[in-house]
Amino acid sequence: MTIVLTVILGLVVLAILGVVTARLQAGRMLVYGGCLVLCLALLVAGIEALAAPVAGLSLPIGLSLPIGLPMTGTQLRLDPLSGFFLALTGLGGAGASLFAIGYGRHEEEPWRVLPFYPLFLAGMTLAILADDAFAFLFGWEAMSLASWALVMTHHQEHGNARAAYIYLLMAVFSGLTLLLGFGVLAAGGGGYGFEAIRAHPPTGGVAATVLVIALIGAGAKAGLMPLHVWLPLAHPAAPSHVSALMSGVMTKVAIYGFIRIVFDLVGGAPAWFAVIVLVLGGITAVMGVLHAMMERDLKRLLAYSTVENIGIIFVALGLALAFKANGVTAGATLALTAALFHALNHTVFKSLLFFGAGAVLHATGERNMEKLGGLIHRMPRSSAAMLVGCLAIAALPPLNGFASEWLLFQAILLRPDLPQWGLKFSIPVAGALLALAAALAGACFVRAYGIIWLGRPRTIAAEQARETDPLSVIAMVVFAALCLLGGIFPGVVIDAVAPLVQGLTGARMERQLQDAWLTVAPISTARSSYNGLLIFLFVLGSASLTAFAVHRLASRGVRKAPPWDCGFPDPSPATQYTGDSFAQPVRRVFGAIVFRSHETVDMPEPGDNRPARMTKVTHDVVWETLYAPLAGLVGRIGTVMNRMQFLTIRRYLSFVFAALIVLLLVLAVRQ
Amino acid sequence: MIPDLIAQLAQMAVVLALAPLLTGLVRKVKARIQRRRGPPLIQPYRDLKRLLSKEAVVAENASWLFRVAPYVVFACTWVAAALVPTFATNLLFSWSGDLIVITALLASARVAQALAGLDVGTSFGGIGASRDVMFATLAEPAMVMIVFCVALIAGSTKLSTIAEYMASGQVGLRVSLALALVALLIVALAENARIPVDNPATHLELTMVHEAMVLEYSGRHLAMIDLAASLKLLVYVSVIICIFLPFGIAVSGAGPLAYLSGVGAWVVKLAAGGVVLGIFEMSIAKMRVFRVPNFLGAALMLALLGLLLLFVSRGM
Repeated sequence: MTIVLTVILGLVVLAILGVVTARLQAGRMLVYGGCLVLCLALLVAGIEALAAPVAGLSLPIGLSLPIGLPMTGTQLRLDPLSGFFLALTGLGGAGASLFAIGYGRHEEEPWRVLPFYPLFLAGMTLAILADDAFAFLFGWEAMSLASWALVMTHHQEHGNARAAYIYLLMAVFSGLTLLLGFGVLAAGGGGYGFEAIRAHPPTGGVAATVLVIALIGAGAKAGLMPLHVWLPLAHPAAPSHVSALMSGVMTKVAIYGFIRIVFDLVGGAPAWFAVIVLVLGGITAVMGVLHAMMERDLKRLLAYSTVENIGIIFVALGLALAFKANGVTAGATLALTAALFHALNHTVFKSLLFFGAGAVLHATGERNMEKLGGLIHRMPRSSAAMLVGCLAIAALPPLNGFASEWLLFQAILLRPDLPQWGLKFSIPVAGALLALAAALAGACFVRAYGIIWLGRPRTIAAEQARETDPLSVIAMVVFAALCLLGGIFPGVVIDAVAPLVQGLTGARMERQLQDAWLTVAPISTARSSYNGLLIFLFVLGSASLTAFAVHRLASRGVRKAPPWDCGFPDPSPATQYTGDSFAQPVRRVFGAIVFRSHETVDMPEPGDNRPARMTKVTHDVVWETLYAPLAGLVGRIGTVMNRMQFLTIRRYLSFVFAALIVLLLVLAVRQ
Repeated sequence: MIPDLIAQLAQMAVVLALAPLLTGLVRKVKARIQRRRGPPLIQPYRDLKRLLSKEAVVAENASWLFRVAPYVVFACTWVAAALVPTFATNLLFSWSGDLIVITALLASARVAQALAGLDVGTSFGGIGASRDVMFATLAEPAMVMIVFCVALIAGSTKLSTIAEYMASGQVGLRVSLALALVALLIVALAENARIPVDNPATHLELTMVHEAMVLEYSGRHLAMIDLAASLKLLVYVSVIICIFLPFGIAVSGAGPLAYLSGVGAWVVKLAAGGVVLGIFEMSIAKMRVFRVPNFLGAALMLALLGLLLLFVSRGM
């Protein structure tokens, strides 16, 4: 507890130091180096809280500070749930800070980043540690505001100011929604402290209201469809290490908020709510990855893929709620474990991928994949780390993304005989959507990696790219190693989150590390088991043995020659497949429904010298049907209200008089 | 322990040894139906030998990934093949991966191959890779749904447990299983680049999918990819056999004779599968690329329907 408090204080001090030293070289080293140390401390504190019995801690540890709201003060609490998310914040923050020590050198206006970066981390830490609504919302809003300032770093660039504006609107919406939710919760037990709320959990209609509000408030911050619109705008606009934090960690704080309110404060949810969460999660996963598949901008692609992964986590949470509502403790335990495992995995690989995007951006000045290509030759170390990240996010064995999705599939298969009809349909459909999202993610990241890192360079900038600085490479390699370790030792993570899952569902999974060869068997070995370590060793062993045998016994000769390409190799890199052409088959299959997309081909008559043109049109359906009309309505109301600004004093006085009459009437009616 | 280990090693050797033969058999059947004599059954072995002994021609701008990918593709497919119980269910390492893992390993192989297709930066590599991943976005979820169906009926995702359960005869006739079988047949055709989805014998540029993706490969690299393709065909036929026709498979604790009869039964079923595939391929025309999503979408819907039936009623 003291460590975490020290970390928060230290981060605030670093923010102040950041203001003072922003214009110095040393300022960058100081702020990012300090953040790195503090985040590592946070990681240790979080792990210690998870391993409380081993570490000799007795949890939960509460602390009351005499600041904040009068009468309530500020309540803080360290329990396994907050410990897990603190560790996650520490991990993501440490990686981003390490990456930023080198990467921050290229920032032209460091004074726009350095003061807000530690504040952003401090806000997230406070939100996780809070044990009353005020402290939670204070941390939540600090996180939102600091990240808004970071999104505004390059505000002169086209589109960034608009992105930050939409982000701010959605953040305010999310904060206000949660404020309303806590108000409803506090009304039941008479206090904003979580302890008081836990003592008087809401029931019936009140509980239903709180659940829906929590889904909207936390979902808006996490990027759940249709509240995701700010995410693909805001995450790419920030500097890359901040994008990594926003996608990798901030969305997880939103997940934490959802778990804290729904599982801890309300204590579970009825089946209809689980159906909503399952369906929304499944749709979010598929829509997110389809948008990512169509995207040319690398960082926006990654942001949309974050939306997809949030969907996967919500499906797992919905499944846990469904099992919990029916008293199937084993299922709830398994699904919740899968959700937390996937949250951790997403932090690791999404941070890694955003680091890689930052390295590409620095090396070439480009985020548009149609202007990149062939970087594997120019940036060998970054590209190797990125390959691991892309394979991990595509849920391929033996990496970590596959391990968590495998657990989730096992949870789906666990109990098909739940009594509610809504669940009977929504669980298999959510499973199908997850499988579809996983396959699309594979296609999406083959495209991202293949177009950007493989092939031939499409521009001079891509041709002259240089490897990024060593510290950034180290950050990437460490995270790539974590992707592999998480995949081959999934039992370690499952065992680590067991105490926190036990606190929320009342049961724990069997200890996985006892099994022979570290096999993971969620229910029983007879039912299903997976051993990432052995699969990894088998693939590695058979690939290298085969390569060795072929080189030894058959042939070793290699001749370099021009590409074959069916006899007509063209030296122009424009003849390669582009990101758009690669996505075209998938767009033709899914796009007509999802994007209302269509293609028109303009073919000139024979003898006409005009070039042939193909035009594609795609629509962002959610934006056009939901947000654009809303924005138009607000605009129209604003125009009408604007007339009020230019009235004569007589009319203003009559308005005041009318208002007085109405108020008096209201009073009269109420009495 | 020892018999399990022997079964495991024997399986790894046998699948590798028989995979080219199955490919040769399908080609032979197709040739005979066309009233050609066709290449001898062992022609795929000769092709492999010839390719292995040649030097590899590698494009000038190829990266390390291009040269590593064939071995990764082969290794992933081989490990997947090692996890499928073909003639015995007591494989030593069958617990290290279930049917979902086998599906995902084949997906890994595909991703490696698609990336290698993009590596040289030619238009054919791109066209093959993009169409192949498009097929995969429908075939893989369909496969996962099929796995779900079968796993719910057998109560396990482990293929050896499923095979034992199916062999025990307590399943009976089920609608969902029939739907899963049809879906699995469609997925198997698509995954192995067979007619009507793709033509393994084509070298007409615009119709190639799998062949376009591996166009730049030669020598030992091509040998590895061809062998992996043969293995993949064998894996799919074996999975179908193991789920829907597991009769004669040796269960754990059986004597040496049971293993021998298990091998015999499996080889006969494999040969029958090859003949049926050859006849089917000769009796149907190849589809246009953009008809394939409808074909695969049907597989996805059938499998999902089967799964929904199981969720509604365990007896379906």
